[in-house]
Amino acid sequence: MIEANTPLLRLIRYFWPLVVLSVGLLIIVAIVDASGDIILAQTLIEGLVRIVIVAALYLFIGNSGIISFGHIGFVLVGAYATAWQTCCPYTREMFMPGLPFYLLNNSHHFIIAIFLGGLLAAVVALIAGFAIMRMSGIAASIGTFAFMMVLYSAYLRWSTWTSGASSVIGLPTTTTPWVGYIYAVVTLTGAFLYSRSKFGLALRSSRDDEVAAKAAGVNVFRQRLLAFVVSAFFCGMAGGLFGHFLGMLTVDSFYLGMTFITLSMLVVGGMQSLSGAVVGVTVLSVVIDVLRRLETGIAGVSIPTSSAEVGVGLILLLILIFRRTGITGNQEIYWPFKADVNAAAAMKRQS
Amino acid sequence: MDYIIQTIISALSVGSFYALGALGIGLLFSVLRLINFAHGDFITVGAFALIVPSAAVSATVAIGGLHPVLLIVCIVAIVVTLALISYFIVFQRLQTSSPATMMIVSFALGYTLQNAIVMIYGGRPKAVNLFPELTGQVQLSDGVSVQLLQLVIIAVTWILLIALVLFLKRTKVGVQMRAAAEDFRMARMLGVNGKNVIALAFILSGGLAGIMSLLFVTQTGVLTFRMGVPIMLFFFIATVIGGMGSLVGAVVGGYSVGIVSVVLSAILPEELRGFRDACVFILVIVVLLARPQGIVLTKAAKERV
Repeated sequence: MIEANTPLLRLIRYFWPLVVLSVGLLIIVAIVDASGDIILAQTLIEGLVRIVIVAALYLFIGNSGIISFGHIGFVLVGAYATAWQTCCPYTREMFMPGLPFYLLNNSHHFIIAIFLGGLLAAVVALIAGFAIMRMSGIAASIGTFAFMMVLYSAYLRWSTWTSGASSVIGLPTTTTPWVGYIYAVVTLTGAFLYSRSKFGLALRSSRDDEVAAKAAGVNVFRQRLLAFVVSAFFCGMAGGLFGHFLGMLTVDSFYLGMTFITLSMLVVGGMQSLSGAVVGVTVLSVVIDVLRRLETGIAGVSIPTSSAEVGVGLILLLILIFRRTGITGNQEIYWPFKADVNAAAAMKRQS
Repeated sequence: MDYIIQTIISALSVGSFYALGALGIGLLFSVLRLINFAHGDFITVGAFALIVPSAAVSATVAIGGLHPVLLIVCIVAIVVTLALISYFIVFQRLQTSSPATMMIVSFALGYTLQNAIVMIYGGRPKAVNLFPELTGQVQLSDGVSVQLLQLVIIAVTWILLIALVLFLKRTKVGVQMRAAAEDFRMARMLGVNGKNVIALAFILSGGLAGIMSLLFVTQTGVLTFRMGVPIMLFFFIATVIGGMGSLVGAVVGGYSVGIVSVVLSAILPEELRGFRDACVFILVIVVLLARPQGIVLTKAAKERV
């Protein structure tokens, strides 16, 4: 039995959910990397990018209690902002002739481009949040949804910057499993630190009782706006990663389909826990992958196309009907070793 | 002048269509606080029920080949059944959850329905020629000709609206439904059977969706598994703009959105026309901020939205 007495062990115990999730992902990435299976690696990268998105969704939804249907709009903003800086130096003018002179003639390094993409998404979220974060409950959900539709239809028509309904092709495919892993861990760390910070605590207090939180001096609007902006930043980075994973971008891929998949992952895992975000992405990614393989026919078994989508829909419905707190029951993974009862209770309260 | 009359008729017909859709959503929201994102997919299912399952591009009609009256009855019955099944299997168990959770549930239901259609019918678009006699032009006066279907949509909408109003005002169950929409708990305490009222709302909403699927297929002539999604988004914003939970609001919202979008595409300069949808969606956020209860106020609106 390990007792958390030394400072190092205390530190590990404080960060325990984060440590478990990061090491778990590390093992998965290492195994897939060693196997050399290219298709599996593709699934893995997609899963890691989704972890970034879903962890960012957790950061906002889990802590604020407001279900946002609009975060994929920030993924869209980040994806195109990154493409403006890195895509296809020789054909950029062909795809996006309206870009300003500087962007047409300069390329940034992938890491800088992704960071700036996230930053732009955060700025957009700040502006939109000034309006939307003033609402509560279902009105805020509808507001985020409407805002995503605004972004989608604007990007679809803004063809001199985004190529409109056709796709932008030729982004360097720099998102390897290890790059994806690093961004996933960075996002998980960000979401973890945020929810343990005083800001996260204040926002969760408003989630559980808005009136009481206000009475205790929490500026609910400001706390929500902060979480909205931070999570939009991570979503924007996820967009950049996604573009550099596929090597191409279409506006259509950042709309209801992606909203549905990522939101399902969060709900299936457990909306109010970071572990839930990761568990949800992992479980649904595995389900989707297995069903997709069956659709193409493996070992003589072949199921109709779209079975994967129907499977996801049914899993989400079953979870919502029978276990609304998700697989993790909205709890974080807690310290499994002998610990004093108070600390365990405190951990439970914090999630 | 001729152009203006044509634009007005087209705005009224689009508005009528949106009003019917918004009514289908508003009915459920008023008694259940459910924003039913699967409503568009109910319409899709009704449309696909016309044809025999196959992956071919030119569809073989089955129900679509019946006598018009029988056809309408069959399609409405199918969509009503689907709506009732989704109530008893899914929504009934979630009545106590928050509106946002219900929104996710209906999202999941719609997504499942769409992809179930792909599983059964294949993902390729299909051409269907339903009621071809309605798609012709009629000459109203010199120089003014409109599609007959536009007039049919306006007429059908008003017949259904009047029927619905009579039903809600003159029948016992109709009055119970209005009472439940006003204050669900109070109505139950006064002896209204909540389950029946909600089931009835699903029947009415499904019936509207069935009729709309026929109007929509006649107009577009194409079946795709995502055909219900874009129109659903407009129904949804029409409900929000009009005032959630108010049936008059749904109709007013539907007409406002229809008229605004037709007028915007008529007056916006060429290079901005593409941004029409973005403008309409921004309108939603503006309405939510400036007048969260919507255009038409219901008594219980404050706690609703």
